[in-house]
Amino acid sequence: MSNDPVVRTVNLVKIYQNGGVPVPAVRGIDLSVEPGSFTAITGPSGSGKSTLVHMLGGLDPRTSGEIWMSGKRVDTLSESAWALLRRERIGLVFQFFNLIGNMTVADNVELPALLAGATPREARERREYLLGELGLADRADDSPTRLAGGEQQRVALARALANRPSLLLADEPTGNLDSRNTRDVLRLLSQVHKDGQTIIMVTHDARVASLADRLVTLLDGQIVDDGSIPAPRRRPLGRAGDVIELHG
Amino acid sequence: MHVIHSGNVNVNTQGDYAPVTEEMGVRLPLLALLAKEPAHGYELKQALELTFGAAYPSPNIGQIYVTLGRLEKDGLVRAVAVEQSNRPNKKVYYLTEDGREALTTWADGIVEGPRVRDEFFMKLVLAPMTGIADRSALIGRQTRHFLGIMRDLHHLAETTPPEDRFAHLLIEGAMLHLQADLDWLERCREELT
Repeated sequence: MSNDPVVRTVNLVKIYQNGGVPVPAVRGIDLSVEPGSFTAITGPSGSGKSTLVHMLGGLDPRTSGEIWMSGKRVDTLSESAWALLRRERIGLVFQFFNLIGNMTVADNVELPALLAGATPREARERREYLLGELGLADRADDSPTRLAGGEQQRVALARALANRPSLLLADEPTGNLDSRNTRDVLRLLSQVHKDGQTIIMVTHDARVASLADRLVTLLDGQIVDDGSIPAPRRRPLGRAGDVIELHG
Repeated sequence: MHVIHSGNVNVNTQGDYAPVTEEMGVRLPLLALLAKEPAHGYELKQALELTFGAAYPSPNIGQIYVTLGRLEKDGLVRAVAVEQSNRPNKKVYYLTEDGREALTTWADGIVEGPRVRDEFFMKLVLAPMTGIADRSALIGRQTRHFLGIMRDLHHLAETTPPEDRFAHLLIEGAMLHLQADLDWLERCREELT
């Protein structure tokens, strides 16, 4: 594995045109993400965080600046070259799920792994593991159209990870989930991160962000804070009684 | 029962947790348990552990006896000596009328809301005026510190057995408070930087 950052942006800019009026969404972002790291991106709505990850996934072309992935410049790629790059290297979990309705949940999840050259058996084992971790093992044979929004969102996450992509890009992956399902997603993210998965995730959910090594805060399309999430200075907590105190 | 958790506590510069008030402490839980039935010290300790599981930093038996002694002095409980064969007498405590009243007052009372005067906020407002700190940097550091605490709580939830429902609810409460603090920091950033 190369030592190049998985993602590097140079003065990345996105300006939308709104009825002839230029609306800057991302205004000069320099970001470098190392292999195996977990970066949470946060900021108020309209701060440019979704636009940023859409550009990193090739879903929205940049206005100016550069995007590099593992040492290769990618912002200049054609749409079809981006599609190939996503299939091989990037797992996406965005607010739209794009699950294929006339395939089962299991096939939706296995497909990316098969396309990337996994054997059917590897693809099946990976799918069983991912759906199991997300509490969806019993929905494997259903059509995604029969699933609730939160279930579809988790299937989308399983699909994004099926391939063990170089980069998992996610935009509010727990947005539609109740707290139990969020817990399953958190556990899985924490597990794949431990296994070396590089993750860039937009999130407002502090529970999700707290799993990250690094927090990048955007405001008005610029990075205003970028630092590691520190290990607490207190000794590690052993039990609830260490946080929740009752004195006599 | 007065509980306090990280999300609701002023995290000061040392990253320590503010102390809880002494008053609510172990006294009222003991009164509450004695309202159910008379008991001796060790039974009370066991009952507390059984109820709160991991969420309760089990007071040692000495603390319980000291507290019972104070309650007795204040007239809220009485003790009777019960003879035991082969062993010294044990003291069984029961609730007095005053004790029941104190318990009712406690149960009916409201509990203080969240803090208003916040040390971090003082820093945020005042420090930039003196030129010693930058607001954006203060907010960023505080945000990441809170996320570190959140990670701790998350770990704690993962390692607490699912059947400890009270413990899980307390942890969840702490997380929700932290989430609110983080949302508020974001508001501070929008307004002040």
